[in-house]
Amino acid sequence: MKTTHSKLAEKFIADEPRTDWHDETLWFVREKRDKAAHGLPEWEQLREWASQIKNHTLSNLSDYLKEFEEKAKANGIIVHWAENGAEHNKIIHGIIQRHKIQKIVKSKSMLTEECHLNEYLQQYNIEVVDTDLGERIVQFRKEPPSHIVLPAIHLKKEDVSATFHEHLGTEKGNNDPQYLTEAARQHLRDKFVQSELAITGVNFAVAETGGFVVCTNEGNADMGAHTAAIHIACMGFEKIIPKAEHLGVFLRLLARSATGQPITTYSSHFQKPRPGQEMHIVIVDNGRSKQLSREDFRNSLKCIRCAACFNTCPVYRRSGGHSYHTAVAGPIGSILNPNLDMKANADLPFASTLCGSCTNVCPVKINIHEQLWKWRQVIAAEGYTDATKKIGMNAMAFLFSKPSLYRFAGKWGRWMMRIFPFVTNNKLNIWYKQREMPESPKESFRDWYLKNGKINRN
Amino acid sequence: MKVALFIPCYIDQFYPQVGIATLQLLEKLGCDVSFPLEQSCCGQPMANSGFASLSKGCDINFVKNFSGFDYIVAPSGSCVLHIKEHLKAELHLEEVSRIRNNIYELSEFLTDVLKVKKLNARFPFKVGLHNSCHGQRGLHLSSMTETMLPAFSKPEQLLNMVKDIQLSNPKRNDECCGFGGTFCVFEEAVSVKMGKDRVEEHDANSVDYITGGDTSCLMHLEGILKRQGSKVKIIHIAEILNSSL
Ligand code: SF4
Repeated sequence: MKTTHSKLAEKFIADEPRTDWHDETLWFVREKRDKAAHGLPEWEQLREWASQIKNHTLSNLSDYLKEFEEKAKANGIIVHWAENGAEHNKIIHGIIQRHKIQKIVKSKSMLTEECHLNEYLQQYNIEVVDTDLGERIVQFRKEPPSHIVLPAIHLKKEDVSATFHEHLGTEKGNNDPQYLTEAARQHLRDKFVQSELAITGVNFAVAETGGFVVCTNEGNADMGAHTAAIHIACMGFEKIIPKAEHLGVFLRLLARSATGQPITTYSSHFQKPRPGQEMHIVIVDNGRSKQLSREDFRNSLKCIRCAACFNTCPVYRRSGGHSYHTAVAGPIGSILNPNLDMKANADLPFASTLCGSCTNVCPVKINIHEQLWKWRQVIAAEGYTDATKKIGMNAMAFLFSKPSLYRFAGKWGRWMMRIFPFVTNNKLNIWYKQREMPESPKESFRDWYLKNGKINRN
Repeated sequence: MKVALFIPCYIDQFYPQVGIATLQLLEKLGCDVSFPLEQSCCGQPMANSGFASLSKGCDINFVKNFSGFDYIVAPSGSCVLHIKEHLKAELHLEEVSRIRNNIYELSEFLTDVLKVKKLNARFPFKVGLHNSCHGQRGLHLSSMTETMLPAFSKPEQLLNMVKDIQLSNPKRNDECCGFGGTFCVFEEAVSVKMGKDRVEEHDANSVDYITGGDTSCLMHLEGILKRQGSKVKIIHIAEILNSSL
């Protein structure tokens, strides 16, 4: 009966102090976001604009992508199209092979995670160094990132210290963040200097100019792209926006929603390769056109990956990113991943209380919690829910549609609970594991009403 | 004004006192209230579990029971929201849309339809308010910390009319309690952790009672409080508004 998410979540919560710490850290970020948003009287207006720009773009996607390709080519960028993750990986591998490259740095890109690029290249003994600090930490630990903006948020500084001790030879037990960051900085500096090829993600690609923008707080995308002879940028096709003037809307929303900063520390604009450099862009579908065709779910493609929905989600905060067992976790992951593999990710739309907070924080107004509800219907209809759940639901539906039967069952159930509390107060009752059952009254409301209600008074 | 009382199944079975308080309160305020006797469940448990397709029987039954009233009122935000958003019955389109438009959660009915300005209630205790997500974010019973809009709260507006009550809000004022329908068993660990955290914040305010507009959330919190051996009790907002202690 237990789903993958619920099992992994239970494991995470078993360490309650860590769960509390995870929850509080992310809540702190959520509160910073609130403060930043409150600072802009036009916040709700910005969200509306962002949402409308994305709506418009998704409705005219092929035109904007074509325009982008044309302009990018004219700028001297080599444009590739990949239908899926495998094609994306192959294209990048091909470029690496052609140039016989050994040293590769990558700045954080959730798309390359989604396509499992690192694992793919490893098969060919090609090592890619992740240069985002958090990303590097989880890379050392051979773990996937647990959050799309804060990839190592599930780790405490003691964990980082142990990891760096093992891989970078730092002093054992030295948990001083400054000391640890300095060690990482020296280590990454070497990698940057030696790198021959840099891979970056794309936050926004502008159709009008054929350029693109990469946002990082550490400047590591710039460091990579500026030193290497070859720069490959990877983007999901939904990253396109029509005009450069739209950037203002998104850049203002992105950082505030993500971390509460007014703007990301580095918003790097790339337009054309510098002399002697080769610049590629790989535009990836990987299920996106399928999602675009699902009317109820298409606007999940408006996502700008700010992770505000992660930080606000009470379930994510208490279950950790790895419990979602996918590259993109959290509420948005739960509506994107069933599209990629419905069977493997059938549990995710159920890993939510449908509280709706995600929808409220989303800067591009994706109706996340409504889509979670809709995915549940699709998943049940396709037969990907647990068989016992289906039987239970059928029984309940039958019972509730026959009021007299429902009343009989209710009376009987309450009587049982009163006379034989152990019927419900036992280990098989999941509710009872950590919660008491409600007391069972002698009379239902209806019974009371028949005796004392208007019927008798009139 | 003909008002139909909708008492969701679990309130009917386990919390009859909430139904009684709702009925008495509405009558005190001058409504002509009927309780349609053949009502059962709104179908939400099935729909939220992915089986909205199975709630046809419930839907038809609901329409049968609740057609022909000016208003339908229920002491449960989540059941009201379910009916508003998902009630379907192919042969009764007109009635369905009437029902969807005329169903109210108790506190919004009191503030928006009856426009209650004062209540004859007294409740001399320290009370923490739990904002239920479906009421708050679904029915907009109060403003939400995520959106940058003016602050308001219909339940608070009503509770402030109660004599001698001491209201206190938890630190995270609109965080979910973790009940979430069948979520509370299918995701037991997260659900309980969320509930424990809610209880702790109310505890920090040394409240005597936790109140709210959704009995399901309160049932979940009560289960946790009792297991912890806590002295804090739960009480539905209808019981406070109807109380004359
Ligand atoms: S769904 Fe919205 S809130 Fe979540 S990451 Fe995407 S843009 Fe941000």
